[in-house]
Amino acid sequence: MKTDIKLAGVGGQGILSIATVLGEAATAAGLQLKQAEVHGMSQRGGDVQSDLRLSTEAIFSDQIPLGEADLILSMEPMEALRYLPWLAPDGAVVTASKPFVNIPNYPDEAALLAELDQLPKVTRMDIDAVAKDLAVPRSANMVLLGMAAHHIGILSPDELRGAIRTVFARKGAQVVEDNLKAFDAGYEGIQ
Amino acid sequence: MLQKRLLLGDEAVALGALHAGLSGVYAYPGTPSTEITEYIQQDPLARERGVRSRWCTNEKTAMEAALGMSYAGKRALVCMKHVGMNVCADAFVNAAVTGVKGGLVVVAADDPSMHSSQNEQDSRFYGQFALVPILEPSDQQECYDMMSDAFRLSEEVRLPVLLRLVTRLSHSRAAVAAGTPQPENPLAPDGERTRWVLLPGNAKRQYAALVERQPDLLRRSENSRHNRLTTGRGLGVIACGIAYNYVREVLPEGVSLLKVSQYPLPAAQIRTLADVSDRILVVEDGQPFVEERVKALLGADYPVSGRLDGSLPRTGELNPDNVAAAFGLPGAELRPKALNLAPRPPQLCQGCGHRDVYAALNRVLPDYPDARVFGDIGCYTLGALPPFTAIDTCVDMGASITMAKGAADAGVHPAVAVIGDSTFTHSGMTSLLDAVNDKAAITVILSDNLTTAMTGGQDSAGTHKYEAICLALGVEREHLHVVVPLPKNMEEITRIIREELEYKGVSVIIPQRECMQTLARKQRQKKAQ
Repeated sequence: MKTDIKLAGVGGQGILSIATVLGEAATAAGLQLKQAEVHGMSQRGGDVQSDLRLSTEAIFSDQIPLGEADLILSMEPMEALRYLPWLAPDGAVVTASKPFVNIPNYPDEAALLAELDQLPKVTRMDIDAVAKDLAVPRSANMVLLGMAAHHIGILSPDELRGAIRTVFARKGAQVVEDNLKAFDAGYEGIQ
Repeated sequence: MLQKRLLLGDEAVALGALHAGLSGVYAYPGTPSTEITEYIQQDPLARERGVRSRWCTNEKTAMEAALGMSYAGKRALVCMKHVGMNVCADAFVNAAVTGVKGGLVVVAADDPSMHSSQNEQDSRFYGQFALVPILEPSDQQECYDMMSDAFRLSEEVRLPVLLRLVTRLSHSRAAVAAGTPQPENPLAPDGERTRWVLLPGNAKRQYAALVERQPDLLRRSENSRHNRLTTGRGLGVIACGIAYNYVREVLPEGVSLLKVSQYPLPAAQIRTLADVSDRILVVEDGQPFVEERVKALLGADYPVSGRLDGSLPRTGELNPDNVAAAFGLPGAELRPKALNLAPRPPQLCQGCGHRDVYAALNRVLPDYPDARVFGDIGCYTLGALPPFTAIDTCVDMGASITMAKGAADAGVHPAVAVIGDSTFTHSGMTSLLDAVNDKAAITVILSDNLTTAMTGGQDSAGTHKYEAICLALGVEREHLHVVVPLPKNMEEITRIIREELEYKGVSVIIPQRECMQTLARKQRQKKAQ
């Protein structure tokens, strides 16, 4: 069994914290894992992506082959669309719905969301608004992870919650609670 | 039981080196190699042992200091991105002629596809050029395991060993099983002056000895546990370093496979592979280094394919898709690219001082239609992109000042150089001295953000010393200015730029303001305390 996840976003949005939680959960569950990251110049307001591969068997390539991602998990709707060629035929897209506009030629928002909604399995939510409503504005990425938990077959929601506890433990009990609250809101929001 | 940790390839190299008894790491930051040194800088064992790990001024100073530590009998590591090999080549090549005492491992992290680089040169050519062994791990575990092998090999053959990484290994994470740390070597400086004083008489002997050692290096490659042949029928595949992973990801049944992770190339194993196969496909990331040598080894009649015949793309990194295509495997039916999609290039941070520098230049230079702006390597290279579109060249570390000088020599005026603080100490100081000695009519903007920003905010070698350095190199006091790049100071900055463009000699303007990223990080750390 395997789950290949394409993580996407704009530099500074926190996709690597999502990867850290998934990595922790996978390690605790005894899964094989490879995670290719992007560092360096591309972090500065540009598009960033990370390939995260989880499996019960040995994983060879650090990069996900085209057409094999089970999930595109994106902090930004246009960035979700960027990786469609990697999405498996039955793959899911879970994305934040609010555009991050820092380029002059950003596409028309309505057309962009309409294109997203044509995909067979897509879930989108204004995760910033949800996190703000919960008074945990810095945990929007955990709202997204909660939404994605429905599509990460290889890890259970409880395993992900456990990893959130471990990863954020050194930042204190309040931060752990904030992130769990955000995760649960994302998870329940799309049931 | 061995303890497993999730590590980047870079971090696995760092931990492997520490556990092999490392005494010092010498490096200049460069993507994708930076995390090796950063890992050692924060590692508890390294701190306890006092492993030397501060950043160096450039790759050449790094290589020479590491050679000095090796001379003293201890194990030393040098880390850099691939283009750093160009900077340290003099020291690297001659370290093979002197040879080493304590193990000396040089890590070059190549960047095929140029994710953060200006070329995709393949460091294996440098290893072969210098006649030293090369190791090329394929995964994170091998990154760890090969470090102890590399140091041992270096001490056994008394040569530097080159370890080659690529971006996808440096910056990919996987579980790594670590062993127990070995002790450091004792201090034991070498006494053999005839090895270390490379006067022609000594150098001739040393070089002859280096050439004579090659059959031993080859024998070690043939017997290395890192080079493994499994035989099948029909197609024979040579997979080098990380290429092995892509091959294993898509490997068709029954083919023969030679995994190559140690060089010089194991020629006997390649001949065996050729004997059991009807043709050979070479899969390697970077340039067709192995492919050319295999062709030479097997002769023109033996069919060899790879990057040279178009079976694999001639440029760019490997991935599971282009490797599958090289095997003739059908690709999956793909979704078309999205319609509502625009490129999102990186950009200078909001509030960054470099922005104010380019805003000022763009206010002044329209009045000088013949002006040219020579850029350099750093965050500020992004000034080439909209909305600034403010620089005309960017070639290599330090080239801004020297190219501006050469263009000024030819008659270009105004000739402006834009260089960052860390790039200036890396390779710009000698350029400035040339310009001063020639009284070249150039205006140098030394944009100082008090850090090596592009690679994530490492210490910059000359922080708080730039005025003193410029004066000492002979820049005249009245043509050296320090300004604070903020919108409120725009009038002052543009006035100074205008005045200095009119001066027919070397002017240096230092816009000085801390990087937004390091400033924010310091504030976060303060808040956390």
